[in-house]
Amino acid sequence: MSQPDTQGSSPAPTTGSESGADTGLETSLEVNNLSLHYGDKQALIDINLGIATKKVTAFIGPSGCGKSTLLRCFNRMNDLIDDVTITGSINFQGYDIHDTRVDVADLRRKIGMVFQRPNPFPKSIYENVAYGLRIQGEKSKAIIDERVEWALKSAALWDEVKDRLKDSALGLSGGQQQRLVIARAIAIKPTVLLLDEPASALDPISTLKIEELIHQLKDDYTIAIVTHNMQQAARVSDYTAFLYIGEMVEFGETDTIFRNPKSKQTEDYITGRYG
Amino acid sequence: MAKSNSFFRSWFASGEPWIWMNAAAVGLSISAVVGILLLIAVKGLAHFWPSDVDLITYTTETAQVQQVYGEFVELDQVSVEQFLESGGNPEWVQPNAEIMDRWLVKTGNRRISAPDFRWIFVDQISARTTPDDVMVLERIEWGNAYGVPTTLVTGADPSAPISGPTLVAALNQSIAAANDIRDQISDLEGGILNNINNRLERLRLEERGLLLKESEDTERLQEISAEQATLAAEYAVSERKLRGLYRELDQDELVITTADDIEINVRVADILHAWQPNAMSGLQKTGQYFSNLWRFLSEDPREANTEGGVFPAIFGTVLMVLLMSLIVTPFGVIAAVYLREYAKQGVLVRIIRIAVNNLAGVPSIVYGVFGLGFFVYFLGGNLDQLFFPESLPAPTFGTPGLVWASLTLALLTVPVVIVSTEEGLTRIPRSVREGSMALGATQAETLFKVILPMASPAILTGVILAVARAAGEVAPLMLVGVVKLAPTLPIDGSFPYLHLDRKFMHLGFHIYDVGFQSPNVEAARPLVYATALLLVTLIVGLNLTAITLRGRLERLYRGVES
Repeated sequence: MSQPDTQGSSPAPTTGSESGADTGLETSLEVNNLSLHYGDKQALIDINLGIATKKVTAFIGPSGCGKSTLLRCFNRMNDLIDDVTITGSINFQGYDIHDTRVDVADLRRKIGMVFQRPNPFPKSIYENVAYGLRIQGEKSKAIIDERVEWALKSAALWDEVKDRLKDSALGLSGGQQQRLVIARAIAIKPTVLLLDEPASALDPISTLKIEELIHQLKDDYTIAIVTHNMQQAARVSDYTAFLYIGEMVEFGETDTIFRNPKSKQTEDYITGRYG
Repeated sequence: MAKSNSFFRSWFASGEPWIWMNAAAVGLSISAVVGILLLIAVKGLAHFWPSDVDLITYTTETAQVQQVYGEFVELDQVSVEQFLESGGNPEWVQPNAEIMDRWLVKTGNRRISAPDFRWIFVDQISARTTPDDVMVLERIEWGNAYGVPTTLVTGADPSAPISGPTLVAALNQSIAAANDIRDQISDLEGGILNNINNRLERLRLEERGLLLKESEDTERLQEISAEQATLAAEYAVSERKLRGLYRELDQDELVITTADDIEINVRVADILHAWQPNAMSGLQKTGQYFSNLWRFLSEDPREANTEGGVFPAIFGTVLMVLLMSLIVTPFGVIAAVYLREYAKQGVLVRIIRIAVNNLAGVPSIVYGVFGLGFFVYFLGGNLDQLFFPESLPAPTFGTPGLVWASLTLALLTVPVVIVSTEEGLTRIPRSVREGSMALGATQAETLFKVILPMASPAILTGVILAVARAAGEVAPLMLVGVVKLAPTLPIDGSFPYLHLDRKFMHLGFHIYDVGFQSPNVEAARPLVYATALLLVTLIVGLNLTAITLRGRLERLYRGVES
């Protein structure tokens, strides 16, 4: 596992949105000149953008364009992969997340993530949601009980599972599992939620439920979502970034991107000419 | 011709022959396993049946007519040629016969008419009856005695010997009383006396330790001798009691008459059990059968392991396997976790993995030699120097014993656990690890809370394989701790309760010892089968326990491995 380089010796505190697309809003994550290599292959080329606080930012683009890789940079999930080199910085709460002073486990508690395929642990529904709290050392049953209920309600799953919290999470349907995983992520109250194609393995009804959930969650969380489904991006997001072969082609308000794209590539992709 | 040719070609092309061949191979394997199990089960379990005792009249090689009580054990055939070559009587051979039938008969009474097993040719038997009053006496020494009981002389009233119809009841009462006293004696010897001996030994070692250190603690030395004196006095009291019990035991005497009218006096103290098989009903015999089986399982061996039970061997095998599992599981799991989760996957790790796989193929006796050289002589010897100098030159740990046997077998089986744990770890999907890490868990937390529980069925598979291999291993154990006859079990009531330094008995070695080192091959053979059956049952039992546990865990984690 390679140690990601950090550009600049001292991490500079973030002050609103300066770089990246001008959203005119407060940003939670600030990406500056981010490049990423898998071995010799460059997967991300000089990305600059800001993720707006308590808004939904969607990343779209054809397969292999690097949108998932970019998302995984935000909570340093790429650290788990051998042979990855990262340059550039991602500022979060005043520090570059690659700074040695940043505790990765703590960073991941603040930036939660939901993966493409539901990945509940082989434990009970209750234990799945309580997992993050237990990792943080929470012992009080009352607090955990309360937080589990709250998280499951927030993820719109409570009514379906409240009578079988002790049952295995593996007995839930795919859509329920995905909402459980979201509940698990928000149970530890992160500030940012990363969703990596959260509905790609689900049926249309479950997809709809997840999208409704995203709408509700954006009141409290900053959300970044990767999707290959343009309609979904148009439906759920406030801002959209279009990536193509590792480069960010266009970034702006979703309405603008979909109605009036500046770039020819974006237009071609959105109108379904390739991708 | 051409038609049948094309038929066969299309039949082969359909793949059906392969299914048939597979089925045949599976069937053959299953019937081989079932056949082996049936053979040892039948041969082993038949031994405990109280078979009838016949009065046999037959002609001996010296042309004498002899009468003998005996149990028919098995019918055997011998070729005439072989019979004549070994100096058999040519007159016995029937004209044109090529094969002669002969019975193996267990005649007992080893002390007065050895051997206690004899071959009798079927043609030479002139009469066979089953008299009701013939009795089998299972004795502590000299094997079984067969005869008709005539009188019982009791210590309570030596002038009035009991005979006639009340004899059997009186005898059973007397045997029960004797068994009772024997129990008291073994309680006394194994309990109080053993305890006193242990304490005396500890005091002696402490005294010696003080003297070795040239300690000036004369006060303690005086205390020790005072304690020794008290214990010696206690010992004397118990010993007097013990002598009283022995005297009480040695009072009654039974007289039996053998088939050739010789009277034998048997001390009731020597009789463990007496029965009259010919007079017993089927139900009684079944009861006797299970009682015999139980005594085989629960008693100590006697007569150079050819009689009595195998309890210490069962105990030793189970204890050794459990200790081995306790050692091998953590080691194997830690090694596998390091190789799979932490080590950087590269050439070195691949070489280590190949080496581990090859370790599983090293002949077990090599491990035995290593265990003897490294564990026993080096580790044990140094432990003795460091911690038990007062009992030197008598070794404490510097001699083969339970702990070294368990360690050696753990070493022998650790590759199995590593390989199977690694396989389990590989099967856990990356998404589960990432899910845990994304919630802020460290790698260690992920490992303990998610990965290891999910890999537990695979770990148990490894342990099952390790147990199966370890329980059946004999060769290395002979070097590092197993003995023919261990005077005490490795667990008992005296401190420190689990005696890791003790030698122990093992079913596998017991089979070898009874079958091939025994002075009395015929008597031992059924025991070999019975012990083999027991060993198989034990291993199956240990495995079933682990398999049940694994099944439960698998049900818990079903559906994750996608």
